[in-house]
Amino acid sequence: MLLLEQLPVNYAPVAFQFFVAVGFVVVTMLATHLIGPKRKTSDKLTPFESGVEVQGNARHPMSVKYFLVAILFVLFDVEVIFMYPWAVNFRELGILGMLEMFTFMIFLLLGFIYIIKKGALNWE
Amino acid sequence: MTITQSLFYFLAFVAIFSSLLVVTAKNPIHSVLYLILTFFTLTGEYILLNAQFIGIVNIIVYAGAIMVLFLFVIMLLNLNVESEPQKTNLMKFIGIITGGIGLVVLTAALKSTDPSNTVVIQEVDMGLVKNLGQVLFKEFLLPFEIVSILFLSAMVGAVLLARKETK
Amino acid sequence: MSETLNYWLVIVGILFVLLNIAAFLIWVERRMLALWQDRLGPNRAGPFGLLIILADTLKLFFKEDWIPPFADRHVFVIAPAVIVISVLLSFAIIPFAPAIQIVDLNIGLLFFLGMSSLGVYSIVLGGWASNNKYSLLGALRGASQMISYEVFMGLSLMGVVMLSGSFSLRTIVEAQKDYWFVLLQPVGFVIFFIAGIAETHRLPFDIPEAESELVAGFHSEYSGMKFGMFFIGEYLGITLISSITVALFFGGWLGPAFLPPLAWFAIKTAGFILFFILLRASLPRPRYDQLMEYGWKILLPLTLLNLLVTGGIILFLNQP
Repeated sequence: MLLLEQLPVNYAPVAFQFFVAVGFVVVTMLATHLIGPKRKTSDKLTPFESGVEVQGNARHPMSVKYFLVAILFVLFDVEVIFMYPWAVNFRELGILGMLEMFTFMIFLLLGFIYIIKKGALNWE
Repeated sequence: MTITQSLFYFLAFVAIFSSLLVVTAKNPIHSVLYLILTFFTLTGEYILLNAQFIGIVNIIVYAGAIMVLFLFVIMLLNLNVESEPQKTNLMKFIGIITGGIGLVVLTAALKSTDPSNTVVIQEVDMGLVKNLGQVLFKEFLLPFEIVSILFLSAMVGAVLLARKETK
Repeated sequence: MSETLNYWLVIVGILFVLLNIAAFLIWVERRMLALWQDRLGPNRAGPFGLLIILADTLKLFFKEDWIPPFADRHVFVIAPAVIVISVLLSFAIIPFAPAIQIVDLNIGLLFFLGMSSLGVYSIVLGGWASNNKYSLLGALRGASQMISYEVFMGLSLMGVVMLSGSFSLRTIVEAQKDYWFVLLQPVGFVIFFIAGIAETHRLPFDIPEAESELVAGFHSEYSGMKFGMFFIGEYLGITLISSITVALFFGGWLGPAFLPPLAWFAIKTAGFILFFILLRASLPRPRYDQLMEYGWKILLPLTLLNLLVTGGIILFLNQP
């Protein structure tokens, strides 16, 4: 079964939309950059940190927690990707598909329980 | 040249150009941005092949998730210009050797393949998500289930690496 | 040729309307907040203070567009552009009415998820490029919040996909002819909406910009139209989440025949936009750890459970 609306040609409007959106953003930001006034004062040369004297570079090493959240996010995101083709085929796959996904999810849940038990998601 | 072909060459050119910029950019954050651009051109190529699901998954997973992780890692390591250690000559030498070996392998692989004709898609709607699911959950069921074990080990590894055991 | 021209007209038309809605929301939000909090709100310029929209827009256009010398110039400019472009692109797949939709993609819903996953860059890059400690903190918090809630955003929609058997938004809307999916997927709807609020980082999930602790967070250093872009992005994001919710759970353009389909869609979407504002008027901001634990430990397992229960019920009812 070949439907006309499932061909790559169909993505042309997305490309149009992209160019229109980019055009809007570029024109607006450029225009305001050109028409706005320019005044250089010494106070503007330092970052705004509530009036406190700026100490060193802002780019400090950060907590490893954020990194852990990001890596868990990548893992879960990829697992969720596998559920998309399953959900769309759900009725065709029937009970067998449900059992397959259930097995898949059990491993996911095992990992999830491990993460909770280890307290990796606790923000003390 | 048809529209598809010219689009292909345009996307391929941008992909190669931006991946060169990934390597040459001085600032690691800029490198990540160029890498994201590369992924977008790859998505364009997938869509030209009508592999719509893979195309969008490429955006969701690579551009949307893994690159965020990269950004986090770069911020975590805090690679500033001042703190970047100078590479020693030994390091540079090792880099040249490994890069050269990679080049040799790639050239050999390219030489052994036949020059392909223009790719003709045999089954046009093969890459649609519905058909992909049919194949994945019937023919490739075992690899699919094994993948979940892989994820489990990855989770355990991540938690073990990132978390100090507190007693 | 005329077909291509037609496309351009539709796209530019929809873009124009959307930007006007975003500008109009400046006034709506301030007036409604005032109403709910027993204040007056902007009421001086023009009838009902409507000219505040014009005044605000003009101000943004004529303010100094300041790129701080300590910032990373290029990234500083890219960050606000990313959010507006990605949100505007998402609107390509929204079915406003049977005849008004830019494109009905086979993977429409996934396209929306992909675009919304790019929104996190504008926060991370904006905060990093500003080279300001508060901005960087806001960016990190905001990014972890957005990626955490993104995990189950897609998952919460899978119930709808299972019921309609498609990712195409038009098919999903048409599948709701008999009953809206909110009746069959109440849990999915609530979770998606919460995730949507977190994605647009509106109150009560406005941790990345928390003005009382982070002085506007990731956009402290932004001014003029670059700040305006974050602003437009936020309002467009609200409109986007509202219209996606309407299309997926509240029957999209479907409704009794005495009003045209577009009007039904607009009314339902407006209702959700007002709900967004009501949330801002009434809820306090949670602590950061509460926010993260709520997402990972409550909403994520709940979404998985919802998926399994939905699957079980569909299979049970379909049994011969």
